[in-house]
Amino acid sequence: MSEGKRMETLEPVLAQHPFLKELELRHLKTLVGCASNVRFGAGEILFREGEEANQFYMIRQGKVALELLTPERGPISVQTVGEGDVLGWSWLIPPYRWRFGARAVELTRAIALDGKCLRKKSEEDHDLGYELLRRFSSIIVERLEATRLQLLDVYKAPP
Amino acid sequence: MTSSPMLTHAYSVKRVQQETYDTFTLELKPKSDIQTKSFAPGQFNMLYAFGVGEVPISISGDPAKRDVLIHTTRAVGAVTNAIWKLRRGDIIGVRGPFGTSWPMEEAKGCDVVIVAGGIGMAPLRPPLYQLLSERQEYGKVFLLYGARTPADLLYQQEMEQWRARSDLRVDITVDRALRWWRGNVGVVTTLIPRADFDPTSTIAMVVGPEIMMRFTVAELEKRGLADDKIYISMERNMKCGFGFCGHCQLGPFFVCKDGPVFRYDRIKPFFGKGEI
Repeated sequence: MSEGKRMETLEPVLAQHPFLKELELRHLKTLVGCASNVRFGAGEILFREGEEANQFYMIRQGKVALELLTPERGPISVQTVGEGDVLGWSWLIPPYRWRFGARAVELTRAIALDGKCLRKKSEEDHDLGYELLRRFSSIIVERLEATRLQLLDVYKAPP
Repeated sequence: MTSSPMLTHAYSVKRVQQETYDTFTLELKPKSDIQTKSFAPGQFNMLYAFGVGEVPISISGDPAKRDVLIHTTRAVGAVTNAIWKLRRGDIIGVRGPFGTSWPMEEAKGCDVVIVAGGIGMAPLRPPLYQLLSERQEYGKVFLLYGARTPADLLYQQEMEQWRARSDLRVDITVDRALRWWRGNVGVVTTLIPRADFDPTSTIAMVVGPEIMMRFTVAELEKRGLADDKIYISMERNMKCGFGFCGHCQLGPFFVCKDGPVFRYDRIKPFFGKGEI
């Protein structure tokens, strides 16, 4: 698909995603240059723990499980993300390696953003870098709170 | 003549249904000719295991069905473990029903969001039965349910029936799961942003561990729900059941009499306070 065609089709899709709500048009146009449409069938692996992290995903439809492989019990799902969610921030933070694996639980459609491309553009345009960091920070905080709640194991029977 | 609230009535066990490895549902019938007392969704009974003790347990059956009394509980202490050992035909003492109820009338014409965490699903089943039996009276209805693992989910057969309904949105999540689980993984609060209720016309009913309720209330407030539209059910050390003994005092309230169901704006100053 040509770049022109890709920009024509992905810009409104990106603009509608909650993660990019109210993003300035000039930044949106920059992001379109690093974006591509992706689709994963049920059971398909998006990425594996330890692999190089060079993208993130804005989920449009479907469900993806974040997994951690354990020797005793096999892969354990620690979180699922779905429509309107963002998957992956390892592309943003050195050493740019996935800490978890991700697998599509059902047919999933998403926009993949090229992390290398965005890192370069963020260095060139710090306003864009700030916008992305601001949005990712809020997701990271939400997930940290959720993880703390999970760690408390609140539904466990009292001792 | 009204009987004393301290008077225990003998009921016989009709059925014990194992829900999870430590949680079970009891179906009880009055031993004598007395009819099972009517109850409002959200109320609880004091169940007495003879020779062991008495515990407050929420009623988890259908308020429209008067022939049987249903309680779901977890075997965690001496009394609930004794109750767990009861079998068909065994006798148990029942006092009640006690306490306040969910705002079923106020919720008419509104969207209703039920948020349950763990065993908190049990006291939320009666309002759900009532909502479904008078379905046309309410707007959109959501059941958002979080549990520890898939094996800890209560009422699994019924959940499947509810999920199949087009007039009820059921969203379930667990804190952790193995790969076979195709549902959501994550805390129950993550389900709230996905529920498309109208925050200006919604009643929320929340039950679970207090920490879970605190996070849930915060998420509902973030969605624009006012504090006087959020109802929570509190748990304290209830003994007498009608505000006489003072064991369950929480600030100016007795949880057994002024609760267990509270409108959040009323309980807010005392909610999550360690000193109370």
